[in-house]
Amino acid sequence: MSTPAAGSLEPRREPIIAPDETIATINEKISRIPLQRPNPRFWWIGFGVGFLLLMVLMMAVGWLFIRGVGIWGVNIPVAWGFAIVNFVWWIGIGHAGTFISAILLLLHQTWRTSINRFTEAMTLFAVACAGLFPLLHLGRPQYFYWLLPYPDTMGLWPQFRSPLVWDVFAVSTYATVSLLFWYVGLLPDLATLRDRAPTLAKRRLYGVLAMGWRGDARHWRHYEKLYLLLAGLATPLVLSVHSIVGMDFAVAQLPGWHSAIFPPYFVAGAIYSGFAMVLTLVIPLRAVYGLKGFITDRHLELMAKVLMATGWMVAYGYFSEFFTAWYSNDIYERYVATNRMVGPYAPAFWALIVCNILSPQILWSRRMRRNSLVLFAVAIVVNTGMWLERYVIVITSLHRDFLPSSWGMYHGTIWDWATYLGTFGLFLSLLFLFLRFLPAIAMSEMRNLRLQTEGGAK
Amino acid sequence: MKRLHGTMGMYASPAAVKAVLLKLQDSGYTHYEVYSPFPDEEIDELLPGKTRINWVVLIAGLCGGAGAYFLQWYAARDYAINVGGRPIHSWPAFIPVTFELTVLTAAIVGVCALFWFTRLPRLDYPTFHDPRFLRASQDRFFVCVRADDPRGSTEQTRQLLQPDAESVEEVYT
Repeated sequence: MSTPAAGSLEPRREPIIAPDETIATINEKISRIPLQRPNPRFWWIGFGVGFLLLMVLMMAVGWLFIRGVGIWGVNIPVAWGFAIVNFVWWIGIGHAGTFISAILLLLHQTWRTSINRFTEAMTLFAVACAGLFPLLHLGRPQYFYWLLPYPDTMGLWPQFRSPLVWDVFAVSTYATVSLLFWYVGLLPDLATLRDRAPTLAKRRLYGVLAMGWRGDARHWRHYEKLYLLLAGLATPLVLSVHSIVGMDFAVAQLPGWHSAIFPPYFVAGAIYSGFAMVLTLVIPLRAVYGLKGFITDRHLELMAKVLMATGWMVAYGYFSEFFTAWYSNDIYERYVATNRMVGPYAPAFWALIVCNILSPQILWSRRMRRNSLVLFAVAIVVNTGMWLERYVIVITSLHRDFLPSSWGMYHGTIWDWATYLGTFGLFLSLLFLFLRFLPAIAMSEMRNLRLQTEGGAK
Repeated sequence: MKRLHGTMGMYASPAAVKAVLLKLQDSGYTHYEVYSPFPDEEIDELLPGKTRINWVVLIAGLCGGAGAYFLQWYAARDYAINVGGRPIHSWPAFIPVTFELTVLTAAIVGVCALFWFTRLPRLDYPTFHDPRFLRASQDRFFVCVRADDPRGSTEQTRQLLQPDAESVEEVYT
């Protein structure tokens, strides 16, 4: 497949930027999207759909504030319904962004350069959607600040031994650090937009946002070091966040949740679903905005490989859950495992196995990995499968635990679905606003990459 | 009144900038500024000094972590919950929050340090007055020898900057 180049031990690789893209075309094609706003019809349709769904969210949340969480399907024994399912799903999606921008940076995977900005934005918006759910689930969201340690008149403190309190710190740290990392990465590109802006208003807008960045070599020195350090900080952070989400479950005594595999298996699942979401978004966008020279078929293929690898880790997680249930010889663990496979939620379970384990196997074929339509379909199927996975984990463990007399059933109500769909509105609206106002690909990094690859060719 | 900020040459490649920098250093210039549309390692190596931002981030992280641990230790005593005689100072359970706040403090202080070291935000700067400088954020490199250099920004400076430059102009405040 790849033949070694003469005089080099390195196998010849397909370029990660199309050879006809120069520094000038990088600047032009990427800054054109926020400055000239090409393809307005696509943008308005996309933003319009997002905005409509956002209104659905507003309505669902408004009604929730009036009536309380009783409008949701949550009950006793299933007190964690859609809210936690959706929280875990959205935050997992966010993790691919940090994985791409931080972990792949430290591993010198240069192909990350053309997708890191976009996926970091995806992270931020996914975390915004995720963060909504626990807050809404509080019942009295106006008292959210009780979760924070502050000198209150009641003389109380948060219970620092609880993973739910760890979650508050993990998610808020994650959101803040992702935002800072993203903004620091944006600074030089905002300066480019400022200098290319066709009107005074845009020049001023981007000028203020760029904070007067002028590309001084001494500034770059601080900048580069900080960027690397932030990547180094974000790397363990992303692993810790989803481990803690996993511990929300694993620390509980409930059969099906109380398992040591949860933290690593949740992290793998997060990156799996996140890459699926990146593919879902990147495939249409690169076609619409003519970015195939930067986000090439090789990028898609590499992401497909990550999808397969993490898919197998997730499959191992499923295997391990069932194996431990059998091996523990604990009747409750065994019952939960059986209940998952043949109980009332069995259709969701088997659907998730098909979506998460079987569907990505098509990517063993190189031709399929490079076929954007197939990849897009697989990505959507995996996104669905990962939602079902969290649904099965949350619901099946809760609805039938130790005492048959306290068993129950759970179904999401129309308000559950409206809130879930509504967060797609929030996500899409933010994403389209991002596309309209900010550069979707890191131009300064792309220029550097272009020059390096030219240097390598000499 | 317009004051001379320096003499600035525009270059098309990092190689040209490196050549000029070596000449400037040989002739004993010390007050000059280099601008590039992306960070270039070799240019960086030619410039004196180094960044201390890593130390700031390290110390901030350690302080944040220590503070977070203290907070939890204090909270555990201030509102002690005795669960079957288990230790109040249950350190393993305090690790996650300690870690998160270490990262949070390090990142926030790190970004503040970036703005401190670069003296940004500063929306106006003399080099912005040069219309050529619009390309500094796109595809051109600039070297500006400042007027406050002991050797001054003179005709001789212009001669030094000239050979590889696409153009050399005076920049005024």
